[in-house]
Amino acid sequence: MQASLLLTFFALTLFSCKPKGTQSAVSGDAATKVYVAPGKYDEFYNFVSGGFSGQMSVYGLPSGRLFRVIPVFSVDPEKGYGYSEESKPMLNTSHGFVPWDDLHHIALSVTKSEHDGRWAFGNANNTPRIARIDLKTFRTAEIIEIPNSAGNHSSPFITQNSEYVVAGTRFSVPIGDNQDVPINTYKDNFKGTVSFIGVDPKEGTMNVAFQILTPGINFDLARAGKGKSGDWFFFSCYNSEKANTLLEVNASQKDKDFIMAVNWKKAEEYAKAGKGQKKPVRYAHNVYDEKTHSAKSTIMNEVLVLDPKDCPDMVYFMPCPKSPHGCDTDPSGEYIVGSGKLAAVIPVFSFTKIQAAIAAKNYDGDFDGIPVLKYEAVLHGEVQKPGLGPLHTEFDANGYAYTSFFVSSEIVKWRVSDLQVVDRVPTYYSIGHLSVPGGPTAKPHGKYVIAYNKITKDRYLPTGPELAQSAQLYDISGEKMKLILDFPTIGEPHYAEAIPSSLIMNNSKKIYAIEENGHPYAAKGEGQAKVERKGNEIHVYMSSIRSHFTPDNIEGVKLGDIVFFHVTNLEQDWDVPHGFAVKGASNAELLIMPGETQTLVWKPEKVGVYPMYCTDFCSALHQEMQGYIRVSPAGSNVPLTFSTGTNLPTEPGK
Amino acid sequence: MKLEKTWILALLTGSVIWFISCGEQGVKESDPPVDIEKVAEKQPEVHGSEIKAGDIKFENPLNAEWVLSGKGIYELKCQACHKLTTDKLVGPGWKDVTKKREPVWIMNMITNVDMMLEKDPEAQKLLEQCLVRMPNQNITTDEARQVIEFMRQNDGEK
Ligand SMILES: [Cu+2]
Repeated sequence: MQASLLLTFFALTLFSCKPKGTQSAVSGDAATKVYVAPGKYDEFYNFVSGGFSGQMSVYGLPSGRLFRVIPVFSVDPEKGYGYSEESKPMLNTSHGFVPWDDLHHIALSVTKSEHDGRWAFGNANNTPRIARIDLKTFRTAEIIEIPNSAGNHSSPFITQNSEYVVAGTRFSVPIGDNQDVPINTYKDNFKGTVSFIGVDPKEGTMNVAFQILTPGINFDLARAGKGKSGDWFFFSCYNSEKANTLLEVNASQKDKDFIMAVNWKKAEEYAKAGKGQKKPVRYAHNVYDEKTHSAKSTIMNEVLVLDPKDCPDMVYFMPCPKSPHGCDTDPSGEYIVGSGKLAAVIPVFSFTKIQAAIAAKNYDGDFDGIPVLKYEAVLHGEVQKPGLGPLHTEFDANGYAYTSFFVSSEIVKWRVSDLQVVDRVPTYYSIGHLSVPGGPTAKPHGKYVIAYNKITKDRYLPTGPELAQSAQLYDISGEKMKLILDFPTIGEPHYAEAIPSSLIMNNSKKIYAIEENGHPYAAKGEGQAKVERKGNEIHVYMSSIRSHFTPDNIEGVKLGDIVFFHVTNLEQDWDVPHGFAVKGASNAELLIMPGETQTLVWKPEKVGVYPMYCTDFCSALHQEMQGYIRVSPAGSNVPLTFSTGTNLPTEPGK
Repeated sequence: MKLEKTWILALLTGSVIWFISCGEQGVKESDPPVDIEKVAEKQPEVHGSEIKAGDIKFENPLNAEWVLSGKGIYELKCQACHKLTTDKLVGPGWKDVTKKREPVWIMNMITNVDMMLEKDPEAQKLLEQCLVRMPNQNITTDEARQVIEFMRQNDGEK
């Protein structure tokens, strides 16, 4: 009863909560605060999830300028990602090649709970995967699929020294040999998992270290502890009702759901001590090798599963009102803030009290055999009347928390120590996550809070039925939050992290050393450019430099042949990529960085002469950077020849 | 679109000013500005410092080892644009280049092309003819010296 009332309220507010006065909330000096003049740099990089675009985008703060879209889980013809032979294996899964996903959250690597600028992690919600982006190259370096999972929402969150990245399943699913079960046997047959993915401290390489089997609930978000709580991990979860239909009503029945607290150090010990079971599964592990400029996909077939009933003192539930979304630890590691989407208060838990409650076995029964700690025993306190629909909280360096409110469309600033609300600002329109530079770390940089919005009605010039996705930047350096900028984003900006630019730009890679190019089809120097036939495969070892390809005339290709253009960019100068495109190619183009080799496959379907050209403006003579390939009928006796700068073709081997 | 070094210097100066003026507007003290020169230091892309006439020595007979590695560098990084004859490809052919130009001039052209195009009239004339800036091919001073040895051999020195 109470639930349906709340739901009605929720629905009404959705349609009536367009906040008034956002225009007048902008102060006079807003423009100067975000203006980064031409030739000047932004202070922060902002890594923003691209939601249903499947990509990650990089903005400057405070300017809101878009620097780059990093292809992660979706093919990207602009860069040839998922189209070049070298990058195709990155999108391999146990379901085959999956060219799209839904990227929700960003986690930047940390050392001692502070940003270290090495990697960004992103999750694929749909076909569960975690990606690692190398921040030297701003490229996806690795993608690992998560077995026994569906809707990988509760990820990627990260422990204080990047020891583990976690992936909690949003959908519980049947696990094990027999997955062909009636859906209405959910309560008996469906299970949840949270996966701990180990990260190699030097290389960043990931492996699914172990999974914890859980009751069939839905995991939403998570945060690792830090400092005193560094051995622990906290996961918000909903649907403790274990409903399998019409969850908007059926998963809102109980007054409280849970935050699940996991002692991951203990779990690690159990895993090492052989307390887990190795279960047969299939998942893909895809790694990009910078030396060969190629990705390799390996199918793995086993995972270690820990069952809490065999591992005492590893997992606890804490009651949390009501369908909690955010579950955020403050910079000290003492406080864990739960944000129930349908709750009227923000509960703040105390790590010290959690430990005391565990020691005293201060339980409120159990949930599927896992102890439930008493709410009052673990509570630091509740923020009263904070707003409607709290979602997510981040922190500044001065003891304040900033919580986003989806339903009442606002950001509320409150003091962690005494839980008093000190300021609130409207957002435009419905805010989802928010981000403070360094906000999830032990050393927040503060300065700004960025709102990532779900709906942007009336904010931008209309563009048909769908409007721009957007973010809003607020100055939080003073007592009052001040709106200083709107900027559009890509896809749906679920979550983002911001990091001082100095931590990244110092290490940004400029070129790939051509001497170190280990690609098997590289043309390391124009002298190595050649064309080879292997049956019906034609391999073109092609080089590119301002402003020509070698070879640029190729004859003797026949219908039925498959042509592999292996293009090596011989440039050794920053920001001089070359592109490569050929008429009629049914996949995409290539974009090849200095010193790199990439391969485009082309299967000509008609006899004729086909132009090819460079797609990235590279010099005054870029337009002249072109060539021709002649395709003859199957069975013709035109010999395979190639040349550059002469009309005297060379036959291979002569 | 392509960022040149002079630009980077301009950007650096700009960012310092910006950080300072930002502080004056009452926004919180920021981390120290990034030093782009430091960024370049750590990178594999090499911009040599200017080589002066007295910095390099020439001897005969040629250093056979340098000739060989100079040839390797030529094939990897130079051949795409320079022939070993007098024919121009993208850039001028190399035949007799060591007779026409001071070796110091050639080495600076290889490792310091931005500086050369900024102040050397001969280099500027070449750009007008070729219309493609000599790319920075990430060649160190020592490697450039080895390329010169290979050029000397190409020009008939023993
Ligand atoms: Cu080009």
